[in-house]
Amino acid sequence: MQRSLHIDPNKCTGCRQCEMACSYEQEGIFNPSKSRIRVFMFDAEARFVPYTCTQCAEAWCMLACPVDAIKVDLNTGAKVVHENLCVGCKVCTIACPFGTINYMSDRGKVMKCDLCGGDPACAKACPTQAITYIDADWTGLERMRVWAKKTDAGATATH
Amino acid sequence: MSWAGKVLRVNLTNGTCKSEPLNMEWAQQYLGQRGLASKYLAEEVDPKVDPLSPANKLIMTTGPLTGTMASTGGRYSVVTKGALTGAIACSNSGGYFGAEMKNAGWDMIIFEGRAPSPVYLYVENDKAEIRSAEGIWGQSVWKSEEMIRHFHQDPQLRIAVIGRAGEEGVKFACVVNDSHRAAGRSGVGTVMGSKNLKAVAVRGTKGVKVKDFKAFMEATNAAKAILASNPVTGQGLPTYGTQVLMNVINETGALPTRNHRDVQFEGASKISGEAMHEKRLTDGKPNLVKNQACFGCTIACGRVSMLDKTHFSVSNRPEYWGASGGLEYENAWALGASTGVSDLEALTFCGFLCNEQGMDPITLGTTIGAAMEMFEQGTITEKETGGIKLTFGNAEALCQVVEMTGKGEGFGREIGLGSKRLCEKYGHPELSMSVKGQEFPAYDSRGIQGMGLTYATSNRGACHLRSYTVSSEVLGVPVKTDPHVTEGKAELVKAFQDATAAVDSSGLCVFTTFAWGLQDFASMLDAACEGGWTMERLAEVGERIWNLERKFNNAAGFTAADDTLPKRLLTEAAKTGPAKGLVNKLGEMLPEYYKIRGWTPDGMPTNETLARLGL
Repeated sequence: MQRSLHIDPNKCTGCRQCEMACSYEQEGIFNPSKSRIRVFMFDAEARFVPYTCTQCAEAWCMLACPVDAIKVDLNTGAKVVHENLCVGCKVCTIACPFGTINYMSDRGKVMKCDLCGGDPACAKACPTQAITYIDADWTGLERMRVWAKKTDAGATATH
Repeated sequence: MSWAGKVLRVNLTNGTCKSEPLNMEWAQQYLGQRGLASKYLAEEVDPKVDPLSPANKLIMTTGPLTGTMASTGGRYSVVTKGALTGAIACSNSGGYFGAEMKNAGWDMIIFEGRAPSPVYLYVENDKAEIRSAEGIWGQSVWKSEEMIRHFHQDPQLRIAVIGRAGEEGVKFACVVNDSHRAAGRSGVGTVMGSKNLKAVAVRGTKGVKVKDFKAFMEATNAAKAILASNPVTGQGLPTYGTQVLMNVINETGALPTRNHRDVQFEGASKISGEAMHEKRLTDGKPNLVKNQACFGCTIACGRVSMLDKTHFSVSNRPEYWGASGGLEYENAWALGASTGVSDLEALTFCGFLCNEQGMDPITLGTTIGAAMEMFEQGTITEKETGGIKLTFGNAEALCQVVEMTGKGEGFGREIGLGSKRLCEKYGHPELSMSVKGQEFPAYDSRGIQGMGLTYATSNRGACHLRSYTVSSEVLGVPVKTDPHVTEGKAELVKAFQDATAAVDSSGLCVFTTFAWGLQDFASMLDAACEGGWTMERLAEVGERIWNLERKFNNAAGFTAADDTLPKRLLTEAAKTGPAKGLVNKLGEMLPEYYKIRGWTPDGMPTNETLARLGL
C-alpha cells in the first residue's frame, strides 16, 4: 500500500515539533529553517497550516531537472533529491507549482520532503495528529467518516 | 552542547554590539535563563541602582533547552532590576522569539546604558546592528511588528517589542513577543523603554545541538508521553487553558474579588474557560477560536479568541475584529473578578489592549480594582477620573481606563503608577494589594495559606509563579495538602521555590510541572548538557538561584519587614466559602521558613548558607 502524508490544519496548534523532527531526521540538528515541512501561521484567522510536498504522481520538479537528480523511491513513491547529482540550478524550484522544493544556499543543493524513506518523522512528532501518514488512496477517509456518522439515523436517512 | 556558548553585549549609549563567550563556569552553577542571567546581573549591576537609570542593565536570555525538541522548549526570560518593584526581576515568555534567538546562536543579549534616541536591535545570526526606531517609536506592539517585518522584507522575523506603555513609563509595562506572548511582570518593559530600546528583531537559521541526540530524543519522547497522559497537561490545559481554574478557585473560596474585599465572585462562571466555549447569543460563535502552542509545546494551553463585533468595545473598530490572544486565567481574573466586571467580551478586549500596548494585566487589573475601591469610598472622584464613573462592575469604565493607561493618557497616567504608588498618593497605602510593590495574582492567601508565604517571600514581589503551592494545596500535585493549615507549608514553599528556579533556568515551561518532576527535567538536561545533571543538583541550583536573588534584594535595601502581606489579608477574614472566617496566618510560617532556608531570624542568608551554595 502506498501511503501519503495527510494534513488536517484544524488540529494544528502551531508548536512546530514537525519542523524540528524533520530537521533532526534530515540534517541531524534542531533547526526549523532546514525543515522540509513548514507551519504557516495565519494569525488573524487563528489558522495554522503545516505544508509540504504532496509527491505529485507526475512530478514537475523531477521532469524539469536537467541532470536527473530527482528520482522516484519505488517503495514509497516519494520524489527524492540525490544530492550527489544535484547541481543547484534551481529549475525545479521554478517548476514546482507549490513551492515545496527549496534551495539551500549553504550547500548549493535543493531540498524537499522524501517521506523519510517511509517513516516520516513529522507525523511521529505531531502531538495532535494534525499530520498523519495514511493510505494514499483514501486520504479523504476521515472526512467521509464524519459525514457517514451523520447518516446514522438508520433506515430513515436520505441523502 | 545545548548552550550556544555566546553572549551578545549591546551598549546602547555607545552604539556597539560585541560577542563574548558565555561564562561556562557560571553555566554549570546556574544552568541558564533565569539563574544564569541573574548571576550576570548581580555581578554587573549595583543593586542600589535606580531601575530606570542607564546604569541598570536588561538581559534577554534563553535556557539550554530553548530551541530543542523538548516539549515547551521555546522559553526566554527578561532579567533586570524591576521598574515596578526595585527588586530583581525575571519575567518569562513563550511564543517563538526565544527559539529564534537561540537559533541565531545567542544564549543571552545584555543591554547596557541608554540610547541617545529610540533604536531597535536587528539580529541575523551572528550579525547584530542597532537601527534607528524613528517612526516606530510611538507605535503599538502590533503596528511595530508589522513595520519592522515590512522594512526588512522578512515575514519570518521574530520580534520582542514594547508598546506605548513602555515608552510612556507605565510602571508595569511588558516586553511582548509574537503579538500576544509577554515577559509580563515587574515592569521589565518599562526598563526597556527607559533605555530608548523599542524592539529586538531576530532571525536565526543556525540550529541548536545537544550533547547526545539519541539519549535526548529518548528522554524527550518519554517526557512528552507523560504530558499527554496527564489529566491537567493532556486534557484540562489544551481544552480550557489556564482558565480551567476560574470555577475551581472560586469554589475553593480563593478568588480575590473587588480588590480582595471578597474571596468569591458571583460572575466567575461568566468569565470562565467554560464560558469561552459557549456560543454567544449575538452571533452564535464562541469567544474562543482555537488553542495555540508556543514553540515546541505539546500542551498548547494558549487561547486565541475573536471578539463579538457588535460588542460596545469594538462595534465600530474593525482593527480589533481579527483573532488574537484570548483570556488566560490571570488576566480574566485581574481584569474581571478584581474589578467586579463579568463581561467576557469586555475582558477579552482589555486583554487585547494589554497585548497591543504592552501592559501586565495582573498589575493593571489589581490597580484598577484599588482605584475603584477608592472611588467608591470617595477618595478618588470624577474630577480625577475625568468624568469616568469608576465603580466596581462598570465594564465601560474598565475599557476606557485600560485604553487610557496603555497610551499614557488622562487618568490612565495615575493607573500607570501601579497600585502601591497610586494608593500612597491618595493616602490609602493599605488598599494596595501588593508585596514589594507588585500586585497579587489570582489566588487569595486566606483560602490557600501556602500562597501567603509564597507571596511574602517571592523575590520579585507577589507572584504565583515563584512557588505554585496551589498545585499541592488545591489540585493535589504532587501530594495533596490542606489549604487551610499552615503546618508543613514552609517546607513546601521552599521546595517549590527551588524547583521552579531550576525549571525557569532550563528553557522549558513551568506548566509542565503539573506532570513532570525534577527527575524528568534532569533526564532531558543531562542528555543535552555537559556536566552531569541530576535532580539533586537541579534542586541545589534552584536554591543557589533563590539565595542569589535574595542577596541582591537585601543589598538593594529590602529587609524582613518587606516579607509581609497587606493588612487586609492578615486581619480581615474571608466572608464566604470554604475559607470563611480565615485570615492568612503568615506569622506561623515565616520564622520556620527562614530557619529551613538557613537564614537569620531577620531573613538574611547566613554565612554558612552562602558558603554552602558557593555564594
